[in-house]
Amino acid sequence: MTTMTQNITQVYQVYIQATPEQIWEALTRPEFTQRYFYGTRVESDLAIGSPFLYRAGDSEELLVEGEVLESDPPKRLTVSWRFLYDPDLAAEEPSHVTWEIELQDGGHCKLTAVHSELGAKTAEHVAGGWPWIVSGLKTLLETGKPLAG
Amino acid sequence: MHDDDRVFRALADPTRRHLLDRLHERDGRTLTELESELEMTRFGVMKHLKVLEDAGLVVTRRSGREKLHFLNPVPIRLIHDRWIDKYTERYVSALADLKTKLEETG
Repeated sequence: MTTMTQNITQVYQVYIQATPEQIWEALTRPEFTQRYFYGTRVESDLAIGSPFLYRAGDSEELLVEGEVLESDPPKRLTVSWRFLYDPDLAAEEPSHVTWEIELQDGGHCKLTAVHSELGAKTAEHVAGGWPWIVSGLKTLLETGKPLAG
Repeated sequence: MHDDDRVFRALADPTRRHLLDRLHERDGRTLTELESELEMTRFGVMKHLKVLEDAGLVVTRRSGREKLHFLNPVPIRLIHDRWIDKYTERYVSALADLKTKLEETG
């Protein structure tokens, strides 16, 4: 097996009319992720080194496995990231996802998701998903409703 | 200017769409890299990148001494959701209504 350098980075950014605390909750609590993250429930105590998992909302199947690398509520969260539901994706080295929440003048926030150290297959897999998740998160926090799609 | 106006204005230019295409091919490029693929002065490319950045379509990150440019498709997704999502919602609620009706009569 050849070892390829995983050095692809993707960046997704959105402005949300919500407080940093609300955004932090939406990222780290299962009752929120279930409404904008493909129905998955996040599971973590957010301590450094603790597991950071996403399970299917209906079957409890473990879909994403990771570890908390950095946690500075309500500003910055970095986790490692590995998809388990596809053998090709699971075979790549874990990537890193960082969430940055920055309070702006006027009380709204800038939310940036940086997905780094991506392998080619995982990069292709997530490119369509993140815009959907991030815009769904904005819609949920601003209207209280998930996107219908 | 409204956010959506900025997005449409930014997209209404072939050079800026070309810059987004380049970033879509490979993300995280420097100004120098982007400039080398265009028949345009460095200043011209900078001006276009600034319009894209103001519209939220390009996000820059520092990596050491370099400033890297990334394509941010979220504003386009939000425009999509604004018009498309309403119809999927109607479709979903129509199905839900149908289910309720069938269960009532069944």
